[in-house]
Amino acid sequence: MNIASAAPHHANLKLTSRFDLSQRLVALLTRGEAVIGGIGNTNFDLWAAGRRPENFYMLGSMGLACPIALGVALAQPTRGVVALEGDGSLLMQLGSLTTIAMLAPKNLTIIVMDNGCYQITGAQKTTTAVAADIVAIAQGAGLKQARWAADEAMFESLIRRALAEDGPHLIAARIDDKPAVATTERDPSLIRDRFMRGIGTKS
Amino acid sequence: MAKGMENEPSRAPTAWHAIVREALKRNDVRLVTYVPDRVLTPLIDAIHKDDFFTAFVTTREEEALGIVTGAWMGGMRGAVLMQTSGFATLPNALASLAVPYQIPLLMFVSERGTLGEFNLGQALVCRTMRPVLDALGIENHTITRLDELDFIVDRSIKQAVATQAPCALILSPLLTGGKTFAH
Repeated sequence: MNIASAAPHHANLKLTSRFDLSQRLVALLTRGEAVIGGIGNTNFDLWAAGRRPENFYMLGSMGLACPIALGVALAQPTRGVVALEGDGSLLMQLGSLTTIAMLAPKNLTIIVMDNGCYQITGAQKTTTAVAADIVAIAQGAGLKQARWAADEAMFESLIRRALAEDGPHLIAARIDDKPAVATTERDPSLIRDRFMRGIGTKS
Repeated sequence: MAKGMENEPSRAPTAWHAIVREALKRNDVRLVTYVPDRVLTPLIDAIHKDDFFTAFVTTREEEALGIVTGAWMGGMRGAVLMQTSGFATLPNALASLAVPYQIPLLMFVSERGTLGEFNLGQALVCRTMRPVLDALGIENHTITRLDELDFIVDRSIKQAVATQAPCALILSPLLTGGKTFAH
């Protein structure tokens, strides 16, 4: 494994499990990092991976996980912030990658779970299933520290590095087409209030 | 303050954009995101020149809404500047994020599409703005007068924060001069 070298095209990568990667991510978050979970399966598996008060779960506004995470990162520059997003969601707001590259927040990491489909609506293919490469798009947007994780071990290595070294970082992983293993509760004001207390904005 | 200075003429700003800038500062609104608009340019310029603010352009209004939402949850107040057509891209994000999550999102909308509009597309999209705001129950004010501007902006920010609710302030051409047809 050489995480510094250019990754192969994503079509050749191992299909990992979203829930498994979510569990691996949560296990590596030891310093109160904030996580913004994108709508649908992405935040459902984040929820299933363990309750953390520093997690924020979206119930709509598809595509805004990265912008919300950017806002948290700007407000709290000493806290690590992670945007957890699916390929379909990210494709709705690709411009946000250019904004993040422009501002270059050191404490922001974007993780993209790419299953090449809108799993939750019936597994219709996304454009990444055919030609688009999320990491190449991110690098073109100006996010030079964008990498494919070829397998679970590389995913963990990339997360460790992203949490330890100045960002912004983007880590993408190919995942299978399984649905999430659980669903979040759907109480927006409760989710928001718990998150604000979890990251110290409210006491 | 030196004795006798109380009677010095007020140095309160008189340009609409300076009044908005000062009201934002007074209420600790430090983050300003925007998708540009010709009419808003003097406000955008004034904010960029002031180190108090973190100000930057975004690629879409939805994105700006998300950034301000995250910043609020992280402890930083923010506002989004846009024009009427930009507001028309926001209903989903307002209905599924800002309103249900109780975010005091401040929106300043430069009103196009009325009082001398020359672009039919702008005129039509303008008519969707207030019905959308009203349908979502979002507090909104159309500001037409310079002498009411500071009061409306200042009080609206305070109410948005206190009630944890979004607010839209529509800047009428009567206030800003609007955009006129380029001959």
